Amino acid sequence: MKVLVPVKRVIDANVKPRVKADGSGVELTNVKMAMNPFCEIAVEEAIRMKEAGKVEEIVAVSIGPDKAQETLRTALAMGADRAILVKTDDAVEPLDVAKILKGVADEEKPEIVILGKQAIDDDSNQTGQMLAALLGWSQGTFASDVELSDGKAKVTREVDGGLQVVELKLPAIVTTDLRLNEPRYASLPNIMKAKKKPLDAKTPGDYGVEVKARLNVLKTEEPAGRKAGIKVGSVAELVDKLKNEAGVL
Amino acid sequence: MAILLVAEHDNETLSDQTAKALSAASQIGSDVDVLVAGKGAKAAADAAAKLAGVRKVLLAESDALAERLAEPLADLVVSLAGDYDTFVAPATTTGKNVMPRVAALLDVMQVSDIVEVVDAKTFKRPIYAGNAIQTVESTDDKRVITVRTATFQAAAEGGSAAVETIDAPAASDLSSFVENRIAESDRPELTSARVIISGGRALGSEEKFNEVILPVADKLGAAVGASRAAVDAGYAPNDWQVGQTGKVVAPELYIACGISGAIQHLAGMKDSKVIVAINKDEEAPIFQVADYGLVADLFDVLPELEKAL
Ligand SMILES: Cc1cc2nc3c(=O)[nH]c(=O)nc-3n(C[C@H](O)[C@H](O)[C@H](O)COP(=O)(O)OP(=O)(O)OC[C@H]3O[C@@H](n4cnc5c(N)ncnc54)[C@H](O)[C@@H]3O)c2cc1C
Ligand SMILES: Nc1ncnc2c1ncn2[C@@H]1O[C@H](COP(=O)(O)O)[C@@H](O)[C@H]1O
Repeated sequence: MKVLVPVKRVIDANVKPRVKADGSGVELTNVKMAMNPFCEIAVEEAIRMKEAGKVEEIVAVSIGPDKAQETLRTALAMGADRAILVKTDDAVEPLDVAKILKGVADEEKPEIVILGKQAIDDDSNQTGQMLAALLGWSQGTFASDVELSDGKAKVTREVDGGLQVVELKLPAIVTTDLRLNEPRYASLPNIMKAKKKPLDAKTPGDYGVEVKARLNVLKTEEPAGRKAGIKVGSVAELVDKLKNEAGVL
Repeated sequence: MAILLVAEHDNETLSDQTAKALSAASQIGSDVDVLVAGKGAKAAADAAAKLAGVRKVLLAESDALAERLAEPLADLVVSLAGDYDTFVAPATTTGKNVMPRVAALLDVMQVSDIVEVVDAKTFKRPIYAGNAIQTVESTDDKRVITVRTATFQAAAEGGSAAVETIDAPAASDLSSFVENRIAESDRPELTSARVIISGGRALGSEEKFNEVILPVADKLGAAVGASRAAVDAGYAPNDWQVGQTGKVVAPELYIACGISGAIQHLAGMKDSKVIVAINKDEEAPIFQVADYGLVADLFDVLPELEKAL
């Protein structure tokens, strides 16, 4: 069976994003970029399925600028077999990403698509669910465990009160939560090998999608700041301040 | 046109996240209907009918809806779409699971996690783990919205809306429910607690976590939270995680113990009214957002705090 893994190129999770002074967005020039952490977990899960003999081929796909090739090469170095770059310099909203991915899925016919539960730039948490809707497939979001067996996937989901287990008919969509696995680092030999793995270039138009934003971004601003308060010297002082100054005890 | 609010409940009780999302919905427009989808959920529907500002409650019950799986619930919402132009749900794991599916079926781009209603089509929402706030205007004919409830007050009681029973669409065979592993707890829920005490990697083990954090929580009547590091290490269950990818909370008092203050953790708690940080490293970033910082070993001061309360 084949797995499709959409991966997004985002600001590295360890970098603190800066809002541009003119309010037009977040500064992206000369900022370290990396694969979205949840997508790394998705790639890792696909590789583990392949290592367990349940999956034959892993196809990574990214929608974005030329530079998103780097992200795809990372996926290939981790262990994906081939990659597709759907090239666009426009900002693509989850709905259009999902439409493009539907086009890819219609062509590739994977039995499972594993996405990150959210991209840490837009924090949308939408694409997987939207793709499931467009394909008419089942969805197992926020997965912390996935078990594949004859035509089904048993997915343990991290939900507000604890865990929920659902069984999905394949083909299905899975989105990853943090504790699904710990992604491996690509080894140097694998990074070299990845350079020779196939990477196809496509455009949104190849899938009949015209990228068009539905949300007008009017402004991007810094959140209301919070100032450091005071240091207290003892538990007694802390309790006194909370009672008599803050009034929260 | 009207607004449909998808209620958060567990069939028996209505979550106060519904009342908070109702406040956001009421700022968007005045004709708000609440959809209670479940099984044996009459009590939750009656509770929704009592909230001030609800026009009517729609109650849909079936086996397929009992656990509010995304596939049947999205189909149900879409079947009602003709009567509404705005669809709202709290940004709980249920809301996040279902609403994007609804949005795609309606060919609408969802606005996730709104923290402010500017007007009926314009909203503020955090991006980059709350490091920036975006103001976005939806240009779609219909709008699908999830609400970050920590920033909205719960709507008061005082309503007396009618509860109307509606048909549930036929079950889909795409997915089925296996089980819930939900911890029973007498503590308040993280998202509605007045006081939260959270522990981080410094706790070192589940035993220590329980030994030093829980007694203070009991004294304070507090909910218990955790950093991702503490959850990953198995010191605390996943549903205690506070942060960008866990729960977003805004209690009156948040006490962070042995938590360094990574941006992803701050994203979940920096809107708390009063923040206390206990950390033995005086350079820890958590102190930059703390109103009261105590530079100390938590294993010394937490037992002391418990006695002092
Ligand atoms: C995509 C992504 C999403 C994430 N989402 C979240 C999220 O939702 N929530 C979250 O919390 N994190 C999240 N993280 C992880 C986050 O980046 C940090 O790694 C995590 O918050 C660190 O947890 P910590 O503060 O407990 O551990 P550490 O950073 O290791 O800090 C431990 C602290 O304890 C202090 N300490 C040690 N011993 C003692 C003692 N005896 N007494 C007092 N203080 C002591 C230390 O000085 C230190 O400051 C995410 C990361 C990524 C990449
Ligand atoms: N431009 C993109 N290219 C490839 N995958 C994407 C893209 N945008 C989103 N995704 C996938 O959708 C997931 C959730 O993203 P989002 O809905 O934007 O939070 C990501 O973790 C990716 O797996």
